[in-house]
Amino acid sequence: MNDANNKWIGKRTIRPDGADKVTGQATFGADTTMPGMIWGKVLRSPHAHANIRSIDTSKAESLPGVKAVITSADVTNYSPEKSVILGIQDMRWMTRNVMAREKALFHGHPVAAVAATSQKIADQACKLIEVDYEVLPWVVEIDDAIKSDAPILHEFIEFEGKPSNIAGTLEHKKGDVQTGFEEADVIVERSFTTRPVHQGYIEPHACLVSVSADGRATIWSSSQGQFMVRAMTSMLTDIPQSSIRAIPAEIGGGFGGKTIVYLEPLATILSKKSGRPVKMVMSREEVMRASGPTSGSKSTVKMGIKKDGSIVAAQGTYYLQAGALPGSPIRGAVGCAFAPYDIPNVHALGYDVVSNRSKVAAYRAPGAPIGAFAVECVIDEISEAIGMDPLEVRLKNAAKEGTQAAHGPVYPRIGYYETVEAALSHPHREIPLGKFQGRGVASGFWFNAGGESSSQVNITEDGNVVVTTGHPDIGGSRASIANITAELLGIDYKRVSVLIGDTATIGYSNLTGGSRVLFASGMAVTDSTEKVIVSLKERAAKIWDIDPEAVDWEDGYARPAGANAGMFDPLSLEELAERATETGGPIGAGSQLNTAGAEGGFATHMCDVEVDIDLGIVRIIRYTSFQDVGRAVHPSYVEGQLQGGAAQGIGWALNEEYIYDSEGRVDNPGFLDYRMPVCSDLPMLDTVMIEVPNPKHPQGVRGVGEVPLVPPLAAIRNAIYDALGIRFYGLPMSPPVVLEALEQGEAAE
Amino acid sequence: MSDIQYLAPTTLDEAVSAYSGAKGSARILAGGTDLLVQMRAGMINPSLIVDIKKIEEINTVRETEKGVFVVGASVSGMELAKNPNFGKTWPGVLEALNLIGSTQIQGRASLGGNLCNGSPAGDSVPALVAAKATLTVQGPNGRREIPVKEVPVGPGKTSLADNEIAVSFSFPSRPPGSGDAYLRMIPRTEMDIAVVGCGVNLTLEGDICTSACVGLGAVAPIVLEVEGAAELLIGSQLDEDTIEKTAEACRACCDPIDDKRGTISYRTKVSGVLLKRAVAIAAKRAKGV
Ligand SMILES: Cc1cc2nc3c(=O)[nH]c(=O)nc-3n(C[C@H](O)[C@H](O)[C@H](O)COP(=O)(O)OP(=O)(O)OC[C@H]3O[C@@H](n4cnc5c(N)ncnc54)[C@H](O)[C@@H]3O)c2cc1C
Repeated sequence: MNDANNKWIGKRTIRPDGADKVTGQATFGADTTMPGMIWGKVLRSPHAHANIRSIDTSKAESLPGVKAVITSADVTNYSPEKSVILGIQDMRWMTRNVMAREKALFHGHPVAAVAATSQKIADQACKLIEVDYEVLPWVVEIDDAIKSDAPILHEFIEFEGKPSNIAGTLEHKKGDVQTGFEEADVIVERSFTTRPVHQGYIEPHACLVSVSADGRATIWSSSQGQFMVRAMTSMLTDIPQSSIRAIPAEIGGGFGGKTIVYLEPLATILSKKSGRPVKMVMSREEVMRASGPTSGSKSTVKMGIKKDGSIVAAQGTYYLQAGALPGSPIRGAVGCAFAPYDIPNVHALGYDVVSNRSKVAAYRAPGAPIGAFAVECVIDEISEAIGMDPLEVRLKNAAKEGTQAAHGPVYPRIGYYETVEAALSHPHREIPLGKFQGRGVASGFWFNAGGESSSQVNITEDGNVVVTTGHPDIGGSRASIANITAELLGIDYKRVSVLIGDTATIGYSNLTGGSRVLFASGMAVTDSTEKVIVSLKERAAKIWDIDPEAVDWEDGYARPAGANAGMFDPLSLEELAERATETGGPIGAGSQLNTAGAEGGFATHMCDVEVDIDLGIVRIIRYTSFQDVGRAVHPSYVEGQLQGGAAQGIGWALNEEYIYDSEGRVDNPGFLDYRMPVCSDLPMLDTVMIEVPNPKHPQGVRGVGEVPLVPPLAAIRNAIYDALGIRFYGLPMSPPVVLEALEQGEAAE
Repeated sequence: MSDIQYLAPTTLDEAVSAYSGAKGSARILAGGTDLLVQMRAGMINPSLIVDIKKIEEINTVRETEKGVFVVGASVSGMELAKNPNFGKTWPGVLEALNLIGSTQIQGRASLGGNLCNGSPAGDSVPALVAAKATLTVQGPNGRREIPVKEVPVGPGKTSLADNEIAVSFSFPSRPPGSGDAYLRMIPRTEMDIAVVGCGVNLTLEGDICTSACVGLGAVAPIVLEVEGAAELLIGSQLDEDTIEKTAEACRACCDPIDDKRGTISYRTKVSGVLLKRAVAIAAKRAKGV
């Protein structure tokens, strides 16, 4: 499957969902309507932290047009004492996130919801709900949250025997760092901060839910997993999963942020109460205030290196903001930080810190960019200290097949080394730089994931193919699945149509997340297609009255092989489909797998910047990503992932941040002042795809979607150092910060 | 939102009588790129909208004699760019209007809307101030002319009475050897609001600056004309020392706020930087190089 003779794998085929998307026909989360539909709306906390003494909904309920009002009393409760794990979430936090229970934990936290015959009435009804708050002192930043006298968000969370905002820790150890540092010629220890950043998907959360008179719920919503929507909604409403049908809409971006529910359970309860279909759509402001960004962080990383360039010890301590409820991605930070390197002594420790801001949600390689930022900056400094090129240092210490990673695994064949090699020999590296221009590099790792996927491959009566999988397609997975199916069957790509099933029409499939979709569904589809090919060969054998073993499947035809070669005319897929009834009935096969062997992904990025030293503006003038992509089944969508990650990293590094006002409210809840990069901010983002096929996957696929966001933060920071001689230790490196540093640098001279 | 009445009169008199008849609860609609956004955000709730784009005088560009321009208040940036001469005479004003928003916004956004919206960060306003443009307004009691710099009186507030409509901008004729420029600082490259904006308009005779005017935006509650800057520039050869002093004069008149878009110290510093750069561009244009 991995050879260059492939007809479809590796081809830039037209994406099946493309025409609908460019003509506006595609149905996104907010596009479904139903007769009798009414509008749901969330009432949100005006306080950053407050006890909810009581909620009086009577006035809202008596407003004409209001059909239902709900509070946390209507949502299934899970005691904070005992964890109830669902995927990477804990339902005791989920229930408190979708609707404040004992306390309002951040400004914008839902406290009640209404459904009414118009949006206007729903708005009015929200204003009529009377909430009696006891306003509490609040805390937003990590340093404030871990102080001994900090306001405590949850009395039931204890750390070192006392109520605390530290909700958990995670530690990885390998070797003995103490001894390791003794061997080092140079040791550098630095502290860093990063700010929370939002995933910035263009489509706000939206759903329509209809609960029928007999209690069956149908949910249309845009998410990263219809099965996640079904499971979470079931657990928050007590409707059994068999009575919930979750239908995935097209999705306008998720980047991890749509791996949890916000609206679906509320709309379900509102629909059940009102007997009407209920639609809910978040505004951008609600998205920015109340849906998950990724964590802000503070960290300290210490690394020791010998003069010959070998890194002998590495230590990292990370504090990550979880938002109001536990669950920051410390695993990503702590586990990925040192993963590209073969370092004998490693100690990485992470703390999960709650504070009065919206609960974080996954964001591409959750935690890993934070982990890598600190490490990749320190590597730049230790390289300089020993006078060695930072890429050479990375090459010398690169993890390879057989390396024992601090987070556990012994690597199989991986392609990290190749990414550094490619960077070292790329023409980008030779382009001369001008005044106030600089070049930086950094690397990154992400675990990637396997897990559950289902697929069904059916041959239509006219001999074409319909493939159904269970994952929302965010990055072009339908096109890649069609490439794989067409390749295996040896037929034209256009004859394969790929659909995404809902929870009632396809078997359980885990989230579109963890860079797992093409890896896992590729495996399931390969398995189903191979079963179909076996069936096709059996049918040809039956028609020819020979042994099925003596039939080959080639280029869309069954051909007699071995002793029978040439004895019969080949039978095409169309012919076999036409004769399906007489040869055993419909042709099709399904697979339901728990896939393993996803294996990590690695990347190295190279970035050139130019700084306007009078204004402090950093512009990215050149950018190249080098990534081990395993197998680029559809190169355009792999490149798209690499470019998208770099673009998001540029925003994170340079301008994106939440600005809080003096009351603990987000002051920039929109794209005007939450400054994600716009198109004209970016140069062409170049990509170099290195294909080191994953030995554990039939097509060699490795996850590619998340690694691209891991290296950019440090690559940019290191490039700014190259341009200005100034090292930054915090993000974003926005114009006022850069100008200030330039002036201080001048003053120091 | 309650019911909204929409009128699109074809004469100024009709517009004025409808607008003044509504006694403050009406709004003028030019491009709508501020108005509609504010209505959707629930910031304003007008009962009547008077669309002025069907009124010829408000929606056309005229060169009344060579080098003298009258630009209708609702003419969009893209329309103004189509005029063969305006952009040659007033490149700074045109570039200020046409860095607003994106292509779509520029097809709607007008000078009148930018000024009447009253934002201290409105991009075209410092360029209009530097150009010494005047605004013609019409109300129930007739017409009057106001220098643009006297229109803003506070954030979101103008000196127009609530029954007056902005009709057009008049740009004075200038001697040969004149040029203008506008620069703004934004962290991104577009789709952002000016952290500081600076408009400069100069006339040179040989190497000597004989006339100058500087407008600064986003550094005070209203767009400022920096009179001290003009005094320094006039009579000078735009030498480094003078420019440095002029930059200092700009910094000195800044009275900005610390907010999510910029800090006081950053805005103050940047005003001087933009002044220097805008002077250099305006001088180049004045010299025709
Ligand atoms: C995406 C986006 C990006 C933007 N980017 C920028 C930017 O970069 N820089 C910038 O400065 N602005 C920006 N803006 C704001 C806006 O586009 C400008 O202020 C524009 O010039 C407004 O012009 P308009 O014709 O659309 O005004 P309108 O929205 O029609 O009117 C604005 C206000 O002025 C009043 N008004 C309009 N015309 C008259 C008149 N003739 N007489 C009396 N009152 C009048 C209206 O009643 C209203 O209150 C942006 C807006 C958007 C939506």
